Amino acid sequence: MEVASLYNAQFMDHVTHPDYKYELQDATHEHDGINPSCGDELHLAIRMGDDGRIEEAAYTGHGCAVSMASADMMSDLMVGKTPEEALALCELFKGMITGTEKDDDKLEEQLDEAAILKDVSHMPARVKCAQLAWRTLAEMLRSDGQQAEATSTE
Amino acid sequence: MSSVLTDSEVALIGASPYKADFPLLSQNPDLVFLDSAATAQRPAAVLDAQRSFYETMNANPLRGLYRLSVEATQAIEAARTHVARFIGATDDAGAPQTDSIVFTRNASEALNLLAHTLPQVVGLGPGDDVVISIMEHHSNLIPWQQVCAATGANLVYLRLDDDYRITHAELEQKIGPRAKIVSVTHVSNVLGVQNDVAAIAARAHEVGALCIADGAQSVPHVSVDVRALGCDFLAFSAHKLGGPLGIGVLWGRPELLDAMPPFLTGGEMIDSVTETGAVWSPAPQKFEAGTQDAAGSFAVDACLTYVESLGMDAIERRERLLATYLCERLQELPYLTVVGPTDPTRHVGAVSFDVQGIHPHDVASILDMSNVCIRAGHHCAQPLLTYLGWHSTCRASIAFYNDKNDIDRLVDGLEQVWGIFNGSR
Repeated sequence: MEVASLYNAQFMDHVTHPDYKYELQDATHEHDGINPSCGDELHLAIRMGDDGRIEEAAYTGHGCAVSMASADMMSDLMVGKTPEEALALCELFKGMITGTEKDDDKLEEQLDEAAILKDVSHMPARVKCAQLAWRTLAEMLRSDGQQAEATSTE
Repeated sequence: MSSVLTDSEVALIGASPYKADFPLLSQNPDLVFLDSAATAQRPAAVLDAQRSFYETMNANPLRGLYRLSVEATQAIEAARTHVARFIGATDDAGAPQTDSIVFTRNASEALNLLAHTLPQVVGLGPGDDVVISIMEHHSNLIPWQQVCAATGANLVYLRLDDDYRITHAELEQKIGPRAKIVSVTHVSNVLGVQNDVAAIAARAHEVGALCIADGAQSVPHVSVDVRALGCDFLAFSAHKLGGPLGIGVLWGRPELLDAMPPFLTGGEMIDSVTETGAVWSPAPQKFEAGTQDAAGSFAVDACLTYVESLGMDAIERRERLLATYLCERLQELPYLTVVGPTDPTRHVGAVSFDVQGIHPHDVASILDMSNVCIRAGHHCAQPLLTYLGWHSTCRASIAFYNDKNDIDRLVDGLEQVWGIFNGSR
């Protein structure tokens, strides 16, 4: 049942018509993320504005629908956020996906569309897929672009 | 494509009469289990035997001098005899060679046992070759990678031609005078193709090498006779045949088992011990350190009795029809590519496939929504998938308890997967 609601029209729209799957030309931060079990490979880029807020986020790569849709929703959510706000959202997403954060109102209010990935918390085999973009972003922000090693979900 | 199966053949794989023997299947009539290559379901006869052992004859086998312990020991020995008969491990007079059957935890442990003990027997060293095939499961690959790294031997791969066969020319080229050990899978867990172990063993022996067959995917599906195969060792797991988890078998030629050093050491595998040394028991006890799973052995015995009551020939015939029907139905879907031979009759148990543009993990997750269980990923055969140019595939695998309806449900589920991703549900 969880799966039925996961692969819904809203989710599939991000898979078939992604809004943020492109190369960001004037990126200030870039980082790679890989999920060895699925073979998902993600290249995430953001442009940080002079006001200290993320102006644009975009990604390229390939992988399963869960990892790609998750990256698309996250890129949308991060526009206008400070690094601290972005990291807090990554933590909240992790809480949702691992089943520790169950406050639906809070999740929908703060994670917006990405809250539809909540059903992944019932699919242990797909948690790493959903988390890939968020972990990649968090590591990028924490190291402020200094880190060379790709983020791995293993 | 035109149908290979006749109507009467399709009728033979209608509703399965065997599901009633399997509690998990009979209690979940809506479940479509197409992952038997990973592990088979277990018949009630096996579950009953396991329980009966603990209720009626539970004691530590081998060492006790009281009746219960003797019964436990007899349970293991009876199972050993039965396994020997089942795989044709008999002497020239037709008597089962019980000392050729070593119980392990699984096929992986059996292969690790060989990887740890054979190098000493064959004097493996720098410049020697260990030959495996590119279609090995990691359990018949990593142990040999480790052996080669430790000894300086070369790991040589037998590769497949475009028709997924290891050709005779490939055998002659790769198995040369430097080869000391040749270890190949009998049936590929990804492609479902069967290798000609007899030809591989003959070539290995021609150059003085030993030949090991990984029977994990063959013993459950085809009659295996080690004398006919001509190999020196055969490894397989009971759980893929419907036996309990945690028991595997290594068959070896008795003279080779005698020559091999022990693998694990400790209790139950020695004749005598002093402060400075020990005398090993003869094979197979030499390789069975510690308390053995006597209940599991007893259940393996019951499993073979169940399988023989159906008849390996009947199982083979039914599974050939099922695999053919599976392969045919899959190939009717225009967006689906079978990874492996397109000839349906060449698939033993397993058919791997790719759904165009959809990640196998998404395919498996959506099929799960319809209660259809398949495997998705690299199937513990990453070098094979890399060689074939895939990162991961979907895999459906059958056993005799499956039926036409299971395969039709898989195809319906795949149509749904395609619809979800391509907007026509």
